Amino acid sequence: MHNKTIVELSADLRAKKYSSEELTRAFLARVEKFNPQLNALVTLTAEHALAAARSADARIANGTAEPLTGIPIVQKDIFCTLGVKTTCGSKMLDNFIAPYDATTVIKLKEAGTVMLGKANMDEFAMGSSNETSYYGAVRNPWDLSAVPGGSSGGSAAVVAARLAPAATGTDTGGSIRQPAALCGITGIKPTYGRVSRYGMIAFASSLDQAGPMARSAEDCAMLLGTMAGFDTLDSTSVDMPVPDYRATLNNSLQGLKIGLPKEYFGDGLDAQVGKVIDGAIKQYRALGAEIVEITLPNTMLSVPTYYVVAPAECSSNLSRFDGVRFGYRCKDPKDLADLYKRSRGEGFGAEVKRRIMIGTYALSAGYYDAYYAKAQQLRRLISEDFKQAFKHVDVIMGPTSPTVAFNLGEKLADPVTMYLSDIYTIAVNLAGLPGMSIPAGFVGQRPVGLQIIGNYFDEARLLNAAHKYQQVTDWHQRVPEGFK
Amino acid sequence: MSLNKSDVEKIAHLARLQIEEADIPLYANNLSNILQLVEQMSAVDTTGVEIMAHPLDAGQRLRADVVTEIDQRALFQSIAPQVEAGLYLVPKVIE
Repeated sequence: MHNKTIVELSADLRAKKYSSEELTRAFLARVEKFNPQLNALVTLTAEHALAAARSADARIANGTAEPLTGIPIVQKDIFCTLGVKTTCGSKMLDNFIAPYDATTVIKLKEAGTVMLGKANMDEFAMGSSNETSYYGAVRNPWDLSAVPGGSSGGSAAVVAARLAPAATGTDTGGSIRQPAALCGITGIKPTYGRVSRYGMIAFASSLDQAGPMARSAEDCAMLLGTMAGFDTLDSTSVDMPVPDYRATLNNSLQGLKIGLPKEYFGDGLDAQVGKVIDGAIKQYRALGAEIVEITLPNTMLSVPTYYVVAPAECSSNLSRFDGVRFGYRCKDPKDLADLYKRSRGEGFGAEVKRRIMIGTYALSAGYYDAYYAKAQQLRRLISEDFKQAFKHVDVIMGPTSPTVAFNLGEKLADPVTMYLSDIYTIAVNLAGLPGMSIPAGFVGQRPVGLQIIGNYFDEARLLNAAHKYQQVTDWHQRVPEGFK
Repeated sequence: MSLNKSDVEKIAHLARLQIEEADIPLYANNLSNILQLVEQMSAVDTTGVEIMAHPLDAGQRLRADVVTEIDQRALFQSIAPQVEAGLYLVPKVIE
């Protein structure tokens, strides 16, 4: 049953082919068997899971079940989970037991999902390879010598290896879409403000957004419908009704205008990845879509802009980790300054420290205008590019990542090279638009993701375009060798 | 923009981060490279471009000025490194 989608599992649970408890035990057994080689989960919550599964079975029996009731999932370890360790991939929070649930966690709990555990991730979601985690790197199920992408690398590996039918992720500069692409799964980053950020440990507050990662667009539609919605506890949450994302999945793509930004098919793109994307576009043409070449002229500025905005916000957000109220505290501080400096110096890893320092520098006296204000202006220009494009097209498509998964250790020593691997995803966060990645083929044994970018709050159209493609292709059904 | 040892020490102090002496050259090098990447921004003339602080250009939502929080001090302090009599303990600040 581990190869079934949520839609299929949900039907089977209702038809009493097996119980949620049996399903949960089957996935827990897979986690036990495969996690040691992947390192995709950092905390297992087997007892919680079995209790949740039994209450899901009771709901199914008494007719109060919802479509997601009884479905096992994994939460990225950035979401606070009441009574369960929430580490954010950091030594700083290695001892942190959250005193409350994130809104997304509550919503998925109330829908009856069963949490199997917490997924490994780059420390504080800062990374594109899952190698900055305090708990060690995650391996890509398609090739154990490759990275799974990041920062939601554990979540992507869990879904690709069929350790759970779905996982949650968060995306500040590509952290759902890039690992989804590199692990051959489907993931969607909704419009900024669509899913509550309450209880999701903050990295860059004007960019962070949560979303589902699963095997198919249809499963993502189900999950997003539950995760999305207004929340008074998040001051940037948007008060708009959540559409039924499943209702429009089968809409025809006849006449759909797809924009291909020429900047996404330039020099930096691996030729073989480009070929796979061309194949996917051909498929869309066959489905009735119209292809239009567009331009997003400020694309190249998105990485520099992001590496001011995100570190600036991170340096502010992470100032809360001071060794006083929760989290790591250094041994025998000699005074208050020593307590702050050593708790933070010892509790954070190198990449987090680099970003805090860049942000601190950019916000320091005399530099604000040259860095932060300038970046906020460029952010406007980047977002205007998309506004112009969406006057002419319905969705934008291109590669999610310029290459397939790189090898473990390959880019770790050179932060700037690592940053540039997010060239196609970052602008979407700066503009606050929704974007998704779906499997579109392979280069060798490593998967390629097709990115679909939509206008604000147009998630339903993205899911529709993804679903129709998945009806005529089987890339999303491929299972990595060794995890079948 | 290239950062030297004393720049890194100053930034680390502002950020309240202890950086090991031996690691400073590597940080100086990495941070300089990142700032070099960021410098690409200056090639663009942004005169008159309005800053974008929020992706949807939304303002801050306000709520009525009424108490909505309940007292959870004991719960929150149960995960603190050191507390006494409802207070967070830190090293002595005033002699």
